[in-house]
Parts: sequence; C-alpha cells; structure tokens
Amino acid sequence: MTRSLFLASLLSTALLAATPAAAQLAPEAPPPTAPAAELEEEGLSVTVSAEGNWQDIGIAIPAFATNRDQPTPANAQGTAALGQEIAQVIYNDLRFNGLFQPVGPDNLPRPAYDQITSPAWGSWGARSAEMLVHGYVRPGANGNLTVGCYLYDVRLQEELVRQGWEFAPTEWRRAAHKCADLVYSRLSGESPFFDSKIAYIAETGPKDRRVKRLAIMDSDGANHRFITNGQATALTPRYSPDYSQIVYLSYVDGNPSIYIYDIGTGKQQLVTRSENPTLAPRWSPDGRYILYSMAVAGNTDIYRVPVGGGRSVRLTDSPGIDIGGSYSPDGSQIVFESDRSGSQQIYVMGADGSGQRRLSFFGGRAATPEWSPRGDQIAFTHVAGNLRVAVMNPNGRGMRHLTDGWQDEAPTWAPNGRIVQFFRTQPNSGETSLWQVDLTGSNLRRLPTPVGASDPAWGPVLP
Amino acid sequence: MKRLAVTVTAVSLLALGACSKKAPEQLPPPPAAPVQTAAPVAAAPQAPGMAPGSQGHFRQAMSGRDVIYFDTDQYNVDAEDAAALRQQAQYLLQYPNARARLEGHADERGTREYNLALGERRANAAKNYLIGLGIPATRLTTISYGKERPDALGSNESSWARNRRAVTVVVE
Repeated sequence: MTRSLFLASLLSTALLAATPAAAQLAPEAPPPTAPAAELEEEGLSVTVSAEGNWQDIGIAIPAFATNRDQPTPANAQGTAALGQEIAQVIYNDLRFNGLFQPVGPDNLPRPAYDQITSPAWGSWGARSAEMLVHGYVRPGANGNLTVGCYLYDVRLQEELVRQGWEFAPTEWRRAAHKCADLVYSRLSGESPFFDSKIAYIAETGPKDRRVKRLAIMDSDGANHRFITNGQATALTPRYSPDYSQIVYLSYVDGNPSIYIYDIGTGKQQLVTRSENPTLAPRWSPDGRYILYSMAVAGNTDIYRVPVGGGRSVRLTDSPGIDIGGSYSPDGSQIVFESDRSGSQQIYVMGADGSGQRRLSFFGGRAATPEWSPRGDQIAFTHVAGNLRVAVMNPNGRGMRHLTDGWQDEAPTWAPNGRIVQFFRTQPNSGETSLWQVDLTGSNLRRLPTPVGASDPAWGPVLP
Repeated sequence: MKRLAVTVTAVSLLALGACSKKAPEQLPPPPAAPVQTAAPVAAAPQAPGMAPGSQGHFRQAMSGRDVIYFDTDQYNVDAEDAAALRQQAQYLLQYPNARARLEGHADERGTREYNLALGERRANAAKNYLIGLGIPATRLTTISYGKERPDALGSNESSWARNRRAVTVVVE
C-alpha cells in the first residue's frame, strides 16, 4: 500500500516533469553505410507487481555500440565487448530498485552504431519495451573513452534524455553508472545515486578473534579494495564528501582512536591528539569539520574539530554517553544519541551544541541516527529486543521500521535519500553482511562482498 | 612474601563468602583448593615462568576474580564485583611494580559505537574502585573493546552475561 502510493507519486512526478532533453554531447552523424542490426523476436516481459496498481517500467538495455572496435585498457577484447559490459552494468543497477523491469544485453539484439541515434522503433515496440536505453563507446585519440547514453520512449518514439561522458579506460564503469543514474532520475524524478562509493569494514575469522579491515567498493560492489591489512581492528569508516579521505576508528596504537586516511597518499593522521579514546567520527556536510566522541574518565561527549587540525570544541556535557552525531544536510543541526535519560535515545541540537532536546519517544532504545541527505528523514537503529533499522521525521514523529531482522544496525543513506544500507548480524556465528532496503521497506537485498561486512558508509554522487 | 600470600588467601576466602546472585551460569566454579591448604605456599601457586607480578601469576592468583560482570547496560560495581576488585587491589599492593589494564566489554545486543563507550565506562568503574582501594591511578589504564571481543560465543542470555565484563590484565 505505502509502496504503491510512493512509487505512483514518483512516476507521475517524473512524467509531468518531462522536458526536452538537453544534449550535453551530441554524437557525430554515424556513417549511413552501417548495416541495420537483425532484431530477433524475443519477449520482453513486463510484470505487474503484487500490490496491484504499480507496473514496473519495462526497459530494454541492449549492448552499447562502437564506431571502431579496438582493444583498450578497459577491455582487451575491444570496445564492442566493452559496450556489452557497460549495458550489463546498467542493467544490474536498474534491476534491483523495484521501479523497473529491465532486460539486459544478454537477451537482446545488438544495435548498430547508426541505430543509437535512430532506434529501430518497430522492433523494440514489438518486444513490449516501454523504454529503450541506447549508447555507444568511442575510443579517443588521447586514450580516453567517450560514452554516450540515450533514453528513448518507445511508445512515443521519442528521445527523453541523452548525455555523454569522457573517462579514462580504468573508470569505464563510472560511465555505466552515470547512464543508469540518467535513466533512473529521468524516469523516477529522484536524484541519482549509482555513481557513488561505499566504505565499510570487511570481517573475517572467528567471532572472538574477528579481523576487521577497512575496505572500499563502488555502489554495486565492483572495484573492491582492502585499505588496511587487518593487523589492527578498524571500525566505523566514513568517506569525506569529496572521497579523498576516510575517517575511521583504529586500534593501531593499541587504544581506539580516530584517524583520517588519505586515499591518494595512503597516509593517515590522528584527528586529535589525546590520551583518551576517540570514536564515532562523522564529517560535516562541507567536509571542513569532523564530529567525534571522546571518553574522558568513562564519560563520553561529542566534540567538533577542524579537519586540518586545531582546537576541539565540546558540544555536549551530559554525564551520560553522548555519541554518534550526524549533521542535517544544511549543517545547521546535529542529531545524536545519548543515554542521559537512562537509556539510549535520539536527540537533536544546533551545530554549536545549543538547544539539545530529545526526539525519540516510541519505546525501546534508539541509536546510530543518520540524517538523510534530503533532510526529510532520520534513519536509526531501534533496539527493542532485536535491533531493527527504522526511520522517523526530523521532529521525532512518524517512526517506521524498514527491517525485521534479528540484528540490523547502523543505517547509512544512499546519496539521494531513498535507500538505506545497514549491516545484519547472524545469531551465534556473528557473521555480518551488508544489506539495503528502500524507504518503503521494500526491495530488501544483500550486497555482494567478498567476505563478511559491517559498518557501511555510503558516499555522495561523484561529480 | 609468605605473609602476603596468606593475606591473598584470606581475601579470596572472604570473596567466596560474599559470592552472590550474579555469577553467570557458565562460569567455572571457583576452585576450592585454597580453602583446604592452609599452608601459605599454596596461595599463589607458581608454575615455571610465572614470575610474581606477571599476568600469568596474577590470573592464577585471582582464580577467576580478574573479571567482574555487569547487568545489561549497567556499569555499577556490586558487592560481588567489589570483592573481586579488593582481591585484585590486594595483589597490586603486594606487587607495587605491576601495572594493570582494565579492559571493558559489552554484549553483542547493542550498537557498536555505544558499546565502545559503554565498555569504556565499565573499565573506568573498575579502575575508580581500585583507585579507591589505594592503587595509584598512574598504574592503571583502561581500554574498551565494546562488543568486538566476546568471551562467550553464544547468542543467549548466559553468554551475554559473561560478555558484559571488565577484565583486569597485569602489564609488565
């Protein structure tokens, strides 16, 4: 019910907002001599969801074409094979969102280069495809790749949007994510989110001697990389808004302390020098400050420090545990967790620590609040026996559970504020894994990671 | 030396007497041996390589009382914890060169960051109690492992009770 309404409103918004596509990069007129691709007759299935009035949009995503098939560092087989891979990445991005019913390149005929700008309408219409994604890959003289992306409405026989990007061959997947973002945004009316990255903690080994390493990956799990070697326990990473740094907790010096790791140089530095343990780091939206918590003689409070170093400002001074602040998108407020009332609850305060007041009054404990990048919701962990991921309005009302696991915790927002990721722990084994669910509580799915995984932190959309 | 060992035995006897409701079910029973052997020699049995003031020696002397346990979300030191801490303090007074690290832990049924803070609070509760018994603060440090280093591996009440703990470790 909720889901249907939400999706229906998304769709109507998108259709009403239809505007002529701005051509950011127009492809050259393809040679007219290229033979038209044979379009085989294969069914493109369109399913109606169980809720009734929502019909997923059928989208055909055939392989991207190329003007010149040649090997590149992105794919040794050539740009034609790369075009197939790009379409596959777009297909995988779009298939898990509950909005679309995409069909990928493995099940579709391959369009010719000249058809990218003039689709074979009849053939696609016969497949019941409502939408069609076309694109091309062109190897450039400078070694870079140019990728064009077109979204067509098959019924209207009309181009809805197009865009092109130039990337180094090693970054070819970003072009695919950009194209998926273009399609998603144009059809849903929501902001893009696929071209983004996730930092998290990779977990291996037995429960009482679990190795915890800092790791990063693209939003779809690709380009996975371990950052730390596991000799010291790493926890709770957060990407800086520009992706150049990761702030996280490490036991590398024996005691838990917050470090800023520089991805470019591989070096890290303490956020603040202290004999006391520091934990729960968070970036300010402008990337200039870091919020952290520090325990002094057992009493934990929240502090703010400039990223480049400098004097820490103490924002809370309750005798309880104050921890885990998260800024509102405009940077004016901080939502945080405190047990000053006797149990963990969610509070909000001005960015300077002023006007602290409790938000959560719905029973149980409430922890790990994260303000949505859109500002309209706060995600958190609701602890009432089990740990479940929930959201509420910034005024503390409208609490809704998004998950119903045994132990789901630490939500992080997709850059568009429409999906949350979190980690799920299995009883007894303590095995951890990353999951995501949308704001309606639908489309729950596990993310692929090479080993156990916890503490996901989703960064913003790349420029 | 011998006199001090007797003292340790006496304290442990007291501690046994004060034993109350909170011992988690899965804890091994406190050894009964020291009660029998009134001879002072047996108070802190010395295995080869177990130098007095070492962690191995300390653990053996404490026979389980190097750990104190807490109720869910709590960090107060109750009568049973106090008895264990008095025994620890006795040892630390006996070996003035020994330093101790108080390691705070939480069970798995809480969020990760909060549990780090909670473990720190528990470690400090133990530390402050030892300071109150005359151990100089300079000899005591704290560290929290939150829920990251469970002792009992099950996901049930008795395992969680064993994991909500503060462990005293002698560091040389």
